[in-house]
Amino acid sequence: MEIHVIHYLIVSTVMLFCGIYGFFTRKNLLAILISVELILNATNINFAVFNRYLYPDALEGHFFSLFGIAIAAAETAVAIAIIINVYRNVKHVLTDDINELKG
Amino acid sequence: MEYTILILALPVLSFLLLALAGMKMSHRLAGTIGTLVLGVVAVLSYLTAYQYFSAPRMADGTYATLIPYHITWLPFTETLHIDMGILLDPISVMMLVVISTVSLMVHLYSFGYMKGERGFQRYYAYLSLFTFSMLGLVVATNIFQMYVFWELVGVSSYLLIGFYYTKPEAISASKKAFIVTRFADLGFLIGILIYGYYMGTFTFTPDQQMLMQGGMMLPWALGLMFVGGAGKSAMFPLHIWLPDAMEGPTPVSALIHAATMVVAGVYQVARMFTLYMGYAPETIHIVAYVGAFTAFYAAAVACAQSDIKRVLAFSTISQIGFMMVALGVCTSAHPHEGGLGYMASMFHLFTHAMFKALLFLGAGCIIHAVHSNEMSTMGGLRKYMPITHWTFLIACLAISGIPPFSGFFSKDEILTACFAFSPVIGWVMTVIAGMTSFYMFRLYYCIFWGKENKELHAAHTPHESPLTMTLPLMILAAITCVAGFIPFGHFVSSNGTSYDIHLDWSVAGTSIVVALIAIALATWMYLREDQPVADALQRTFPKLHRAAYKRFYMDELWLFVTKKIIFRCVSAPLAWFDRHVIDQFLNFLAWATNALGEEVQPLQNGRIQTYTLWFLGGIVVLTLMLLLV
Repeated sequence: MEIHVIHYLIVSTVMLFCGIYGFFTRKNLLAILISVELILNATNINFAVFNRYLYPDALEGHFFSLFGIAIAAAETAVAIAIIINVYRNVKHVLTDDINELKG
Repeated sequence: MEYTILILALPVLSFLLLALAGMKMSHRLAGTIGTLVLGVVAVLSYLTAYQYFSAPRMADGTYATLIPYHITWLPFTETLHIDMGILLDPISVMMLVVISTVSLMVHLYSFGYMKGERGFQRYYAYLSLFTFSMLGLVVATNIFQMYVFWELVGVSSYLLIGFYYTKPEAISASKKAFIVTRFADLGFLIGILIYGYYMGTFTFTPDQQMLMQGGMMLPWALGLMFVGGAGKSAMFPLHIWLPDAMEGPTPVSALIHAATMVVAGVYQVARMFTLYMGYAPETIHIVAYVGAFTAFYAAAVACAQSDIKRVLAFSTISQIGFMMVALGVCTSAHPHEGGLGYMASMFHLFTHAMFKALLFLGAGCIIHAVHSNEMSTMGGLRKYMPITHWTFLIACLAISGIPPFSGFFSKDEILTACFAFSPVIGWVMTVIAGMTSFYMFRLYYCIFWGKENKELHAAHTPHESPLTMTLPLMILAAITCVAGFIPFGHFVSSNGTSYDIHLDWSVAGTSIVVALIAIALATWMYLREDQPVADALQRTFPKLHRAAYKRFYMDELWLFVTKKIIFRCVSAPLAWFDRHVIDQFLNFLAWATNALGEEVQPLQNGRIQTYTLWFLGGIVVLTLMLLLV
């Protein structure tokens, strides 16, 4: 069986919705962070796939994927730092109890 | 005559200096500054008068109306603009002389009278403010400038009546004076607005075209302006503030509430005289009837008062009534044919200012000596205070209309004008003139003769006042002696031409006889130590005496009108509406905003996942809208 665009897109869509579902349902900040990574990577896959199949001569999609990976890395670093600080202050990382910073 | 601007500028500068830096000065320095400035102003006023009246007359025999200083302040249309300036014509120049003379005397006198008072500097500052406002009023080039200064004299009067601000009576008197005159000034303002709206101008001398368009409304405009004038000049029934205003320092009463401010209403009517004659002759007769009734009422009340300043206050009201009557009985602008009253009124204003200021300043000396306003504490003062006694007697003779003192000449002209208008008014005014002589000599005998209050005088011997206080008395007395011989008609007359005053001996003789009878009656009743006739009269007509003593219950009537009718029927419903409708509506707005906030607030729960869920929901809705619509 030949692997086609549609198969890649199915994978990325599943990843996207898994990420959204995880983002809404998980109470643990680390799990939420992982869900956000899933969403980002789903888009990265889409960029790469569309570039590969629709515009084989261009490189923009690949570049966007690389940007997405870089941003994901930076975002993870910042998020981990925040989570560690939260943990130091309240001794857990569950979202239910972290609402003191609301306006 | 550009220097006339200094007449206005100097008092206002002195006011600013004394008000801002007065507290750092000594009493002597502050008083000296105020008095010196007034001295300069007086000299400038005399110079103005001399130059003005020595200039040649114009072809039609009148003095030219000069406007040496003029700026357009607020232009509304081509013709309707509010100006500020200085207008010199015979009556304004005459008023400059009167005001600066009396004001100078009062400044000088206050040195002695107010010596050692707290707020001495403030007192002189207010006097300067008042002098500035009053001078500005009389030289106003248009009705609106007059109104501006009119309110300024009201404020200065308020400040000076309430000068002793720790005294509750003084505070309530100042409030009363301000509120009553303000209430009357509402009429003045409406009159000005009607005048401005229909005539399209604020000048005193509108041209023919303006008169064509607005002449119909002139009686109303002038009548409403007269309401303001009646308030300021204490005409019945708006007179109630003036007797209470006597709570202020006595020199203030002499300056403001006898000589200058209270005649502003007369001046205003005189200012609009040609318009009255041309377009509202009926309105000016209303002025006459109001004046006549006021003169009678005030004279009747003055006969029963026991506070010497109150007697003088009612006497002032009565004399202003005379001036109003004199203006009101004019039937034409020609001095020989029914326009005599204008000259008579201005003449009486002039002489009255001098002798009434003299009476008040004399009363101030007496109060200074016995520390009381009540007649019962006086009696037999003639041997303690000779100068005050003689000057007071001169003023009493002048106000009674005994020749050769000034009041005789001016009052005679008024009576002649009244008889020319109608014999009824003439006789009524003659009788009132007789009442004037009676109550003035009652006052005179009760103060200087009669029964001496020996215990009080033993504890504190009355003494003659210092020279700063007696000198103004002597100067004013000298003026009172000679002012009658001024050929006043040469300077001021209804159409501006020269007019020779000639005594009508049938009128003058009658008035002298009536005055002498009244004086004789007062002598018979009050000269002796015990006063059997007066006491018997008081016992026979207790109700009448009580009513006159209580000023025929006019204050009570006003209190009834304000408290029971205006407060209860107008103010209370308005207050209810304000509290229950307007306030409640605003409260509802606040409550609704608050409630909405309470409803929305739980959405902001601080959980990022809830926020993103709303965000997702929003995107879904927007997507569906894009797809379906």
